[in-house]
Amino acid sequence: MDYFDIFIGILGSAIRLSIPLLFTALAGLFSERAGIFDIGLEGKMLVSAFASACAAYWTGNAWLGLMAGIVVAIAFSFLHGFASITNRGNQIVSGVALNFVAAGLTIVLGQAWFGQGGRTAQVPGSGRFTPIILPGADAMREVPILGPLYANVISGNNILTYIAFLMVPISWWVLYRTRFGLRLRAVGENPGAVDTAGISVSWLRYRALIVTGFLAGFAGTYLAIAQSAAFINNMSAGKGYIALAALIFAKWKPVPVMLACLLFGFLDAFANFMQGKSIPLIGEVPVQIFQALPYILTCVLLAGFIGIARPPKAGGVPYTKER
Amino acid sequence: MSLDLPKEIEPAIELVGIDKKFGAVHANKNINLTVAKGSIHGIIGENGAGKSTLMSILYGFYHADQGEIRISGKPIAIRDSQAAIAAGIGMVHQHFMLVENFTVLENVMLGAEGGQLLRKGVASARKELKRLEDDYGLEVDPDAVVEELPVGSQQRVEILKALYRGAEILILDEPTGVLTPAEADHLFKVLRVLRDQGKTIILITHKLREIMAITDTVSVMRRGEMVATRKTSETTVEELAELMVGRRVLLHVEKGDANPGRVLLSVRNLSVKDARGVTMVDNVSFDVRAGEIVGVAGVAGNGQSELLEAIAGIRKPASGEILIDGKPVAGIDPAGLRDLGLAHIPEDRHHMGLVLKFEEYENSILGYHRDRRYGRGAMLDLEAMRKDAEEKIAKYDIRPPNPRLKTANFSGGNQQKIVVAREIERDPNVLIIGQPTRGVDIGAIEFIHKRIIDMRDAGKAVLLVSVELDEIRSLSDRILVMFAGKVVGEKTGDAGEQTLGLMMAGIAA
Ligand SMILES: Nc1ncnc2c1ncn2[C@@H]1O[C@H](COP(=O)(O)OP(=O)(O)OP(=O)(O)O)[C@@H](O)[C@H]1O
Ligand SMILES: [Mg+2]
Repeated sequence: MDYFDIFIGILGSAIRLSIPLLFTALAGLFSERAGIFDIGLEGKMLVSAFASACAAYWTGNAWLGLMAGIVVAIAFSFLHGFASITNRGNQIVSGVALNFVAAGLTIVLGQAWFGQGGRTAQVPGSGRFTPIILPGADAMREVPILGPLYANVISGNNILTYIAFLMVPISWWVLYRTRFGLRLRAVGENPGAVDTAGISVSWLRYRALIVTGFLAGFAGTYLAIAQSAAFINNMSAGKGYIALAALIFAKWKPVPVMLACLLFGFLDAFANFMQGKSIPLIGEVPVQIFQALPYILTCVLLAGFIGIARPPKAGGVPYTKER
Repeated sequence: MSLDLPKEIEPAIELVGIDKKFGAVHANKNINLTVAKGSIHGIIGENGAGKSTLMSILYGFYHADQGEIRISGKPIAIRDSQAAIAAGIGMVHQHFMLVENFTVLENVMLGAEGGQLLRKGVASARKELKRLEDDYGLEVDPDAVVEELPVGSQQRVEILKALYRGAEILILDEPTGVLTPAEADHLFKVLRVLRDQGKTIILITHKLREIMAITDTVSVMRRGEMVATRKTSETTVEELAELMVGRRVLLHVEKGDANPGRVLLSVRNLSVKDARGVTMVDNVSFDVRAGEIVGVAGVAGNGQSELLEAIAGIRKPASGEILIDGKPVAGIDPAGLRDLGLAHIPEDRHHMGLVLKFEEYENSILGYHRDRRYGRGAMLDLEAMRKDAEEKIAKYDIRPPNPRLKTANFSGGNQQKIVVAREIERDPNVLIIGQPTRGVDIGAIEFIHKRIIDMRDAGKAVLLVSVELDEIRSLSDRILVMFAGKVVGEKTGDAGEQTLGLMMAGIAA
């Protein structure tokens, strides 16, 4: 295997690993731009992974699995909204609580329904999103450089991967070209301005959270029935937090969000590749170092290398008319 | 209390029996008010009289507990701001309601986008803004980001917002509090044009001069009640002041001659740069002696703020020296400066003077919490703090007189009094003051001015920065005029307004 093949291999797996991050970070983008911090992305990903695995197993239909994942993630969004918008609770506390609920609930229900220690049963092929071979992938394979790139990185992904990348320009368009997007960005900066413009702050924020749930549902579904074939305990494994880091890293903007997720996906893929390999002169490096890279990178970059990351001004603060 | 309007003039707004309580605070008591269409109606009243509350009710931001609102004779329920906008009411709030990182255009469009997609709305908003600019002289660059605009322009954006949504009635809550005199003049020009085109304007202000200059009628509020309404042409500043406060007010403080003693504050060749590296204070030198008030006049943004902050130890000078009582203070932090006998009333009470979420008594010792009187070691003596706060509340007539109330719930003027009380009651040797009476009613201005003069007479050095030329002229023994970061001249306290005005504009020295 020459270096180019290795590179292509890592790139392909980087794409696959970055997809759940991308969906989740875009989900967070909508709630945070509306002024609702959502530390509960992790939990949403987890419950939607569980729901989609169950639904896909029972119906044998991947799309119904996706539907179930989305519905459950939106339901969790509503809980978050009820606590933090309607009752003006602390958004961080509500989000953390929902993460615990998600972790516990999936294990309890999984054990009750499938009796496999929290796992769901293996989802059959029809209930999964399987790789799609794009036209001409085989024919292209022999073309130097571009060929392998097309055949192994661009082609051969499942439909959710393509949807994820499609969501980037769509998110951008919604945020910057629609009325909903304008109001959403406004409510995250100064809800008073939105209120005095005669727009309901609460309803607007609820709608933002619905979008968040919708996108988080894709993320969970991808984990359960696209990347694997069943739900496994705690399968989100902190991806919700990494997605949040990517969001901050990207200064709450859609296209940079994509780039940040790809970078984190690449680091993850690289860590996997380095497992058990030794580096000349240094020897074998513990894989944990590579696994920690995204976190270290986030810390280092947040500590000043990306300039000031200015979060939406009204983020985290419940809106009240009282002074 | 309604005014007898000539029969042919129809009322634009009628408020009947409006009542509003915030917990124990009775902010509006059975208010009746009629405003004629096509007129400018002023509302004045002490701090906390309930003016902002009444207007917020009219704009649907708060709900009245009781009462009726009629617009053009028809009773309507204003459930929220949307209903108010639909009824043709627009409001420029005391604290602007703008999205700071949006462009002017985006701010104007918000809530009136004209469809699900922005593109069409953007084009028509651009056209409409151009028209409003031509018609009313409301000039702003539609693509400028709001936070980069000076306050005067930000306010224009607020007015544009209201007009863009088709407001026939425009409420302005203390619009000139933050404006330079030139900006205020421009605003009044705009308001006159609006009135002449048939719009109805309600103007809240503490400046009686503005009331006399621009309003047709004026109403006075006191402690939640509407106590009088007058035709502006038939009243005087003195009468209005008395109606407002309920007693005669000295509009000009009386003070004897100064007895300057030794130099307590000395500034030597001071230069200060702002965050972008622009020189804001340029090689400034002056002294303030014990027993004198030195005023710094100037149009806002000519370096006064930076000068004040440098002396207070908040901003590091680029070069030069500051001496308090002969001791150089380089490297001493604000707390250390306080120990040297310096007190600072900052220009912006919200950003620097107060923690709005704290209760009043906590703010009333803010920065002095290490004082032995308020506790020992790591522990605070809450009892002592509250007793101290109560004394200040009584002395400065802070309303409502409740040290346990959240500071945010005091009206703007009363918040200012909390800061003034805290700093003056420390009995400092050097007092530096920025905009001491911004947003403060005339009764309180009289009181604060008296306290400042008392400080002087007790042999303290006072440095006063204010954009209110009247204030500078009536308090100062000497006046320094700043322009573009330099002190362009020094005059005695009795210098004429004209002379100072020209110096402030950088024309004469
Ligand atoms: N949201 C609120 N919650 C509690 N109290 C309030 C609230 N808004 C106003 N108040 C109280 O109601 C009274 C009237 O306040 P308001 O802001 O209307 O006064 P104002 O006449 O506008 O004063 P100023 O000239 O200082 O702006 C004050 O005592 C204030 O403390
Ligand atoms: Mg007010």
